[in-house]
Amino acid sequence: MLAFLIRRALAAVPVIAVVTVFVFALLHLAPGDPAAIIAGDLATAEDIANIRAKLGLDRPLLVQFFTWVVQLLHGDLGKSIFSAHPVTQLIGQRLEPTLSLTLTTLVISIVIAVPLGVVAAWRAGSWIDRGVMGFAVFGFSVPGFVIGYVLIWLFAIELDWLPVQGYTPLAKGFLPWLANIILPSATLACAYMALIARITRAATLETLSQDYIRTAQAKGLATRDVLMGHALRNAAVPIVTVIGIGVALLIGGVVVTESVFAIPGLGRLTVDAILRRDYPVIQGIILVFSGAYVLVNLIVDLLYTVLDPRIRY
Amino acid sequence: MDIIQRRRFAVVRAACAFAALLAVSAAAHAQSVLRLVPQSDLKILDTVQTTNNITSNHGYMIYDTLFALDSKFVPKPQMVDTYAKSADGLTWSFKLRPGLKFHDGQPVTSKDVVASVLRFAKRIPAGVTMMQFTKEIVATGPDTFEIRLAKPFGLVLETLAGPENPLFITREADATGDPNTAITTAVGSGPFIFVRDEWVPGSKVVYRRNPDYKPRADAPDGFAGGKLAKVDRVEWLVIPDANTAVQALIKGEVDIIEIPQTDLLPLIRKDPNISVKVIDRVGTQAIYRMNHLIPPFNNAKARQALLYATGDQKDYLASMIGYGEYERPCWAVFVCGTPFETQAGVGDWAKGDKRANIEKAKQLLKEAGYKGEKVVILDPVEAHLAHAQAVVTAQKLREIGMAVDLQAIDWGTQSARRQIKDPPDKNPGAWNIFHTWGGGLAMNSPLSNTPTPSACDGKNWFGWPCDEELEKIRLEFPLAAPDKQKEIVERLQKRFYEVVPYIPAGQFLTPIAYRKSLSGILDTPRLVLWNIEKK
Amino acid sequence: MATDATATATAAAALPASRTRTRLGAFVRRHPTVAIGGTLLVAIVLASIAAPWLGTVDPIAIEPSHRLQDPSAEHWFGTDRFGRDLYSRVIYGGRVSMIVGSSVAGLATLIGLAIGLVSGYVRAVDVVVMRIMDGMMAIPAIMLAIALIALSKASVLIVIIAVTLPEIPRVVRLVRSVVLTIREQPYIEAATAIGTSVPRVMLRHLLPNALPALIVQATYIGASAVLIEAALSFLGAGTPPEVPSWGNVMAEARPYFQLKPAMVLLPGLFLAVTVLAINLVGDGLRDMLDPRLARRM
Repeated sequence: MLAFLIRRALAAVPVIAVVTVFVFALLHLAPGDPAAIIAGDLATAEDIANIRAKLGLDRPLLVQFFTWVVQLLHGDLGKSIFSAHPVTQLIGQRLEPTLSLTLTTLVISIVIAVPLGVVAAWRAGSWIDRGVMGFAVFGFSVPGFVIGYVLIWLFAIELDWLPVQGYTPLAKGFLPWLANIILPSATLACAYMALIARITRAATLETLSQDYIRTAQAKGLATRDVLMGHALRNAAVPIVTVIGIGVALLIGGVVVTESVFAIPGLGRLTVDAILRRDYPVIQGIILVFSGAYVLVNLIVDLLYTVLDPRIRY
Repeated sequence: MDIIQRRRFAVVRAACAFAALLAVSAAAHAQSVLRLVPQSDLKILDTVQTTNNITSNHGYMIYDTLFALDSKFVPKPQMVDTYAKSADGLTWSFKLRPGLKFHDGQPVTSKDVVASVLRFAKRIPAGVTMMQFTKEIVATGPDTFEIRLAKPFGLVLETLAGPENPLFITREADATGDPNTAITTAVGSGPFIFVRDEWVPGSKVVYRRNPDYKPRADAPDGFAGGKLAKVDRVEWLVIPDANTAVQALIKGEVDIIEIPQTDLLPLIRKDPNISVKVIDRVGTQAIYRMNHLIPPFNNAKARQALLYATGDQKDYLASMIGYGEYERPCWAVFVCGTPFETQAGVGDWAKGDKRANIEKAKQLLKEAGYKGEKVVILDPVEAHLAHAQAVVTAQKLREIGMAVDLQAIDWGTQSARRQIKDPPDKNPGAWNIFHTWGGGLAMNSPLSNTPTPSACDGKNWFGWPCDEELEKIRLEFPLAAPDKQKEIVERLQKRFYEVVPYIPAGQFLTPIAYRKSLSGILDTPRLVLWNIEKK
Repeated sequence: MATDATATATAAAALPASRTRTRLGAFVRRHPTVAIGGTLLVAIVLASIAAPWLGTVDPIAIEPSHRLQDPSAEHWFGTDRFGRDLYSRVIYGGRVSMIVGSSVAGLATLIGLAIGLVSGYVRAVDVVVMRIMDGMMAIPAIMLAIALIALSKASVLIVIIAVTLPEIPRVVRLVRSVVLTIREQPYIEAATAIGTSVPRVMLRHLLPNALPALIVQATYIGASAVLIEAALSFLGAGTPPEVPSWGNVMAEARPYFQLKPAMVLLPGLFLAVTVLAINLVGDGLRDMLDPRLARRM
C-alpha cells in the first residue's frame, strides 16, 4: 500500500508538469493582453506597449516560461500582474470559502441523495422512484442561478432568516459561517444530488439483480439487511467514483454559485484571472488544481480497495 | 450596530443559545461602516497607469488633489492655499495649505507635488498637453511650487482640477520613476486610509477614516470644499451578480450600489427604504469606432453611411439602458448638457426617419464602392453595455445591406484585437468596428476626448482616423481665449461629421441607489464618499 | 398518434397496417418508458428542425422598442432585452442545444468508455492513462474554451470540443471503477481461463455491467453540456449569443429572472422535458438490453 502511494505521488509530478506547460502555451498563444486591460479603455497603443515592456510580456515566450519555472523551483508562484499580490496569498485567501462550499455541498448531497437513490432502487417503478427521478431531472435542468435566486428570495428576503450574500470565515464562529454558506451549498447540492441519486439508484438496481442477492433474499434475509449489507456495499464503488468526480467538478465549476452569492472563492478567482489574462495567477491556480485533482483521485482509488477488497493495486 | 447585523443577530438569537457570545462581538462593531457595491472590481491601485474609473474612485478615497471642480465645474483650490499668476500669464505660483500630511505621518511637501505632476503629465492626455506648453515645474520652497510656461496656456487650473483622471498627489518616493511602472503602495493624504491587510482582490476593499485629515473650512461643493469623512470605515464589496447586489441592498447588507443595472430598477423602486438618484447629470457617452485603415471604412463615404444606418440612437439606448428618463439621444460630439453642446454639422440622419436613412445609407455605400466585404464587429459579450451596442450595430448594418460578421469574444480579447492594424488577409484578428463608452467629463473637451485626435502618424487611439484639417482645428483649442472656445468646437464638430472619426451612439445617465439611512451624498459626477453620514 | 408512428417508423415500415398497430401496442405496453420518452424526444427534435414553419419569426431580428414584453398574441413567450421574439429563440434554440448536448454526451461517453474499458482491464496501460486523465480534468472547460476560441473563432464545434475534453476523464474513471469490481468476479476469470479473447470479454461481460451507470452519466453529461454552453456564452467563450440556444437564452435572461421569470423558465422547461425524455429512453433501453433488470421491474 505504501509503495502504491509513493508510486502514485511520483507519477503525479510529470502529469502536473505537462498540464502546466500545456496551459502556459495555450494562454500565451491566445490573444488577450493584460497590458491593454491595465492601461484602460482610453489608453493609446504607446502606453500599452510601455506597460507590456515593463511587465516583461514582450520577451520571447520561452524566456518567460523559464523565468517562471526558475521562480517556481524557488517555491515562488510569482505575483499578480494586476494587484501585485503574491499568487500564493491570492489562492490562500480563496481556499477556505471554496473548501467550505465544496465540503458542505458534499455532505448535504450524500446525506440526502444516497438514501434517496437506494430507496428508489428498492421500490423501483413505484411513486417514490418516480418522485426521485423527477427531482433528479429537475435538478439537472434548472440553471444554478435560478435555484440561487429563488433561495435568496425565499430565505433571505421573504422569511428574512439568512443573509443574501457574502462569506464569513469559520474563525468568526460556526453559526455566522453556516448562515452564509448554507444557501450556496443548497444551490450547488441541487444539481449534484440529482447526479448522485441517479447513479446510486442505477448501481443499486444493478447489484440487486445479481444472483447472490437473489440468493440472499431467497434464504430469507430481511430486505433492509440485503440493501445495506450487500447491495449498497457493491454499489459503493461507482458511487464513490462519482463523488470523487463531483469534488473535482465542485472545485472548478462553482463559478456561477460563487458569483450569485458573492463568495470569494477559487472559481471566481480563476474566471477573473482568465478574463484579465493575469498569467501568473492562472498558472498558479492550474498548478494547485492539478495537485488537488491528483489527490482527490488518489483518495478515491484508495477507497475502492477499502470498499471492495477484491480490487488490488 | 447597523440594521443587517441587528437583524441577522436577532434571528440567530432566536434560534440558538449563543446570544450572549454574539452580543459581545456585536459591541465591537459599534463604529459606523459604509458598505458600497462598486461599479467593478478594483484591479489596479495606480491612478496614473490606468484610466479605469474604478481606480480613480479609489484615488478619490485616499489621495487629495491640488484643485477640484465645484458643482458648477469651476476649479477651486483644494490642497492649494493661495495661488497667483504673473502679469504675462506664464508663471503660476502656488502655496500648499498648512498641515497636509500623508497617511505615513510625513508632511506633504512641494517636492511630492512636483513629482506627482510630472508623472501625471507623462501619461494622462490633459497633462501631456499642458507639458507641451510648459518650460518647467519647480519646487520653490518646502510648501511652494511654480509652473513656468513656455507659451500661454489657458487651461492650467482645469488640468490640475480634471475630474475624470484626476491629478492625485502621491509621495515623491512613489511618484518618481516611470509612469508605466505601477505604484503598488496606496499612501495618500486624503480623507480615507487604505487598509491593505483586509484587501481581498476581486472581492473586498476596505478603508478607514483618516483621523489626521485637515479638511478645508469651506462647505463641500462638488469635488471642492471640505472633505470630511463621516463614517469610521468604508467597505467596497464586489458583488458580481447584478440581481444579488440589488437583493443585498434591499436587505440592508449594503448601503449603496454605485451603478445598479437599470433593468433592475423596478425592483429597487418598490422598496420605500431605498432612493434612486442621478448625481452625475452629464452622464456617459456610448460610441463606436471604425478601423480607418482597412476597407470598407477607410472611405469617408462609407463612414457617413454609418451615420445614416445608425442614426436612430434610441435603439442603442433602449438596449443598453431601457429606462426612458435616463436615455438622452445626443449628437454633440463634446457631450450634451455641457457648454460645448452644439448642433453644428449634425445632418438629417438625426431626424430618425428610418426609411429615408436606410435609402441614403445604401446610396452612400454605393458611392463608396462597397463590394460586400465582411464587416467584423467585435462583440465582448460579458460587457453588458458594449454587447448591447454590438448587437444593435450588427442589425443596423444588415439593414443597409452590409455583410456582417458579429464575433462573440470577451473584453480581454477586444482590448488586444483592437490594436491590430492589418487587413483580414494578413491577420485573422482584423476588425472593423468595436464599441465602448466614455465618461461625459472626459469626452466633453477637445483636449481630454481620446478618440477625436486624428493626426496621420498612426499613433492616435485605435481605429487611427487620419485628417490633418480636423487635427489642426482641434489644436487651436488650447491656445484660444475662453470666449473663443465655443466657436472652435463648432468648426471642429462640423469637420468631425464630414470625416467621421467615430460615431456617438447616445448619451445616458447612471443613477446610484442607496438606503435612506444615508445622508449627505454629494452631487458630484463621480460618487465620492466623504460627507456621507449613516444613521 | 402520429409522432408515435414516427418513433417506430423504421421498425414498422415493412409491416401491414393492422399488424403494425398490434406490434406497436405491444411495444408500448412492454416498454412504456421508451415509448413515452421516445415520443417526447422525437417531438422536440422535429420541432427544432421544423422551426421555420412553426409560427416563428427571425430569431435574431431585434426590435428594441418592444423589449421585455410579456407573452401576447404576437409574441407567444414575450420578448427579450433586445426585443427579439422569445418563442422563436426557444424553438430555434433547440437546434444548437441538441447538437451540443448530444455530441458532447456521445463523444465523451464513447471515447471515455473505450479508454475506461482498456484501462480497467489492462493493468499495464492503466497507470499511464489514468495520470493523463488526472491532468485533463485539471483544466477547466471555461479556460479551454476561451483559449480555443481566441485561437480560432467562436463556433459550435469549439464549444463541443471544449466541453467534451474535461468530461472524458470523468467517464473513464466511472467505467474503470466498474471494470475493476467486475474484473475479479469468478465468471470473468472463468471466461479468461477458457481462452475467451480480451475484446470479447470486454464486450460480453464488462460492457453490460458498466452500462447502467454509464447511461445515467451520459444523460447527465448531455444536460450539463447544455448548461455549461450557457455559462461559456456568457463569458464570451460559447456559441455566439446572437445565435440562440436554450442555454444562452436563459443566461441572457438572468438579470430579469425576478421581474419576468418566464424568460428563464420557458427555455428551462424545454430543457427539462428533453432531459426527462432522454432519461426515460435511457432507462428503458437499459431494461431492454439487460433482461435481468427487466424481470425485476
